[in-house]
Amino acid sequence: MNTRLTLSNISKRYPAVLANDSVHLTVQPGEIHAVLGENGAGKSTLMKIIYGAVKPDAGEVIWNGQPVQIASPAAARQLGIAMVFQHFSLFDTLTVAENIALGLPSDTRLDHLATRIIATAEQYGLALEPQRHVHTLSVGERQRVEIVRALLTNPQLLILDEPTSVLTPQAVEKLFDTLRLLSAQGCSILYISHKLDEIRALCHTCTVMRAGRVTGVCDPRQETAASLSRMMIGGDLPVLKAGSGTAGPVLFAARALSLAKSHPFATQLRDISFELHAGEILGIAGISGNGQQELLAALSGEDTRIADSAVLLDGVAVGHQNAAQRRASGLAFVPEERLGRGAVPDMSLADNILLSHQDSSTIRRGLIRSGAIRQIAAAIIARFNVKAGGPHSLARSLSGGNLQKFIVGREIMSNPRVLVVAQPTWGVDVGAAAQIRAELIALRDAGCAVLVISEELDELFEISDRLMVIAKGCMSPPLQTAQATVDQIGLWMSGMWEHGPGTADSGTHTTKAADPKAVHA
Amino acid sequence: MLKLEPRAAPSRLMSYLSPLLAVALTVIGGVILFSLLGKDPLAGLAVFFWEPIKNLRGWTEIGVKCTPLILCALGYAICYRSAVMTIGAEGMLLAGAIAGGGMALILDHGTGGGVFAIAAVVIAGMVGGMLWASITALLRDRFNTSEILVSLMLVYVAELLLSYLVSGPWRDPQGFNFPQSRLFSSGFLLPAIVPNTRLNLGFVFAIVATLVAWIFMSKSFAGFRLQVGGMAPLAARYAGFSQRRALWTALMISGATAGLAGVIETIGTVGQLTPNMSPGYGFAAIIVAYVGRLHPIGILFSSFIMALFYIGGELAQSRLGLPNAITGVFQGMLLFFLLGADVLIANRLRWRS
Repeated sequence: MNTRLTLSNISKRYPAVLANDSVHLTVQPGEIHAVLGENGAGKSTLMKIIYGAVKPDAGEVIWNGQPVQIASPAAARQLGIAMVFQHFSLFDTLTVAENIALGLPSDTRLDHLATRIIATAEQYGLALEPQRHVHTLSVGERQRVEIVRALLTNPQLLILDEPTSVLTPQAVEKLFDTLRLLSAQGCSILYISHKLDEIRALCHTCTVMRAGRVTGVCDPRQETAASLSRMMIGGDLPVLKAGSGTAGPVLFAARALSLAKSHPFATQLRDISFELHAGEILGIAGISGNGQQELLAALSGEDTRIADSAVLLDGVAVGHQNAAQRRASGLAFVPEERLGRGAVPDMSLADNILLSHQDSSTIRRGLIRSGAIRQIAAAIIARFNVKAGGPHSLARSLSGGNLQKFIVGREIMSNPRVLVVAQPTWGVDVGAAAQIRAELIALRDAGCAVLVISEELDELFEISDRLMVIAKGCMSPPLQTAQATVDQIGLWMSGMWEHGPGTADSGTHTTKAADPKAVHA
Repeated sequence: MLKLEPRAAPSRLMSYLSPLLAVALTVIGGVILFSLLGKDPLAGLAVFFWEPIKNLRGWTEIGVKCTPLILCALGYAICYRSAVMTIGAEGMLLAGAIAGGGMALILDHGTGGGVFAIAAVVIAGMVGGMLWASITALLRDRFNTSEILVSLMLVYVAELLLSYLVSGPWRDPQGFNFPQSRLFSSGFLLPAIVPNTRLNLGFVFAIVATLVAWIFMSKSFAGFRLQVGGMAPLAARYAGFSQRRALWTALMISGATAGLAGVIETIGTVGQLTPNMSPGYGFAAIIVAYVGRLHPIGILFSSFIMALFYIGGELAQSRLGLPNAITGVFQGMLLFFLLGADVLIANRLRWRS
């Protein structure tokens, strides 16, 4: 029997890096095949080659026993290859059916399409209403739209790029059921991820990549998380020490923080309160799009439309202060977007120091002390193991993970008393993620108050002393991490804590809140 | 298929050399152009690149033309680096001429003058330019109007205002009804820095402004804040830099430099107010700013080239019998080659099968 897909000796070189180096990959019909690797290991390049978006410099692609040249994504779809990208490409203002129609021939009739969508969706247990507008859908539902769009082409190979990064644990289980069903019907699945537990639970075969090369092919069900991660990073991860548990006085607090939407698709914040103590890490869990961005902007000083007393830094009302003023009082902040917000892409790393280090050590009489900022940048590069040419390198020349290390390092090096971090390890490789978490814990042990907003539950459970959940712009009560369970937090992520926005008695009536399914996807 | 691929590390050296490369390519383009037109290429090039600089008088005329170009282009460079897309330095220049000229008319009674009087006139001119720019800033700040359109339309308002003043209230009674103000007396004129030429102290102001702008943009924290706002507005908000303040700062600087250019024309080069205080310096400076790649030192060079093309274009009409449009052709070639060189510094051409 032919294999569904065989890649042999695939190589692809970019100006600065060899992204794929003689890569071999074999996918059988009906197989769920994981491609595991750190960021920058070459997974995405390999998938783009299969999907026809990138041409390899060398190597052979064999599809169902025939050698093929996949010239474009359209050619890939013709062959029966479909891909669901990590970042969705849906228009918020169009309905589900209209969005799906965009990728189909222009003479497609919308009513016929709606019937097909419902039929396909039901076949795979993906509840979907074709008439709904995309902006009313939860992230999980949006992903379903993308998957149904892919399935309508009757693919023989479905590529999924980090599909679970936006889902609740419950939604992940549902997705896995769908994928297993697809696999049983003979559709092969390439599953790209760096989450070891998921791969062990779902996949039949796993190809591990490191630095552009395949470092192992195994049956993940026979491996442990530790053995997989050794293959992936080529070494053991540092072990984090448990929390000291001695929290100090309240350094940072939100008091009945409410914030109106700044644009139609924003989330309104309602009555958010929390207290953050010196020497503790408070984790805020939640599915993306539930008010995290709005909350972060209000806490950092980027959005000052809140009441002055809604944010307290060291007991002082700072709600109307801008980011620079709050920073001067000891607040540091790592935003979720690195390029363009946490760093200016076309400025050097040294110049980017000035975004947060604005004091007499970097500025004298209105003039920039260029030696000083170069030194700080060099120190961050050395201490956080940032792969960069040096302080003069442009921020945009760094990979996402390296830039994140630099920005986290920059904020930590400003010796903050309060650190607010969004998605500290999003898109960062496993080794660097462990290092960043260890630094956050070291900062906490030194008495800093750390607030981590993350969509990665594992990470929050690993480093937080207390956990809260944000859903539909409301904040749950805090929980000691030791007493929290993944199931409970997962439920809370749909707003279903006592009197939460997902419960009947909450009294909130936004589009999303009116339909608990919307988030509990 | 040819494709552009970003270079991992664009060469710093080449980014400094690219204006020279562009000038060299423009010369080659000029040779081809003159040959096709049936003119002697060497004679043609001489008109543009040798005649204007072959004696001291030529050099001083270049300095005269460079002065307003440099000052307006510096303001543009700071605005553009802050993503404030004004195109109205011409209007600010005329407002500076009106305010400075008006101050001179008030103070000048045929005698007196001196350092303090001239200083008052110069400051009035700069304030005039800033007031003109503040209209654009205010409308943008309060009502989010497009600064491109507002600043452009204000150019025509300033032109008409100047035209009204010199043909009405400020017209010289002894001026045979010509629409122009009376000549300022010598104590109110900027002194010539080369005797018996039009090159005056204004050129020194332009050079000093260039150095100040250079330090401001490359060394000062205020200049850094502006540039962050221009390159990455979200990063500016993250760092706590106010966008409103950036808008006002950039436009006030632009108004001050353009106003200075206007008052220098008034009490330096021309010596009175006329309806035609500027042959479009405020617009030509947009090209100067971009060819100088929004860098003060680059602007020094590009204003020199631009002045050469202006003077060369005038000479080409009489010496070669070519239309004045030849100036535009040379300017266009220079801009094209420079932008092309810049693209290739940031990217490399790759052949993809």
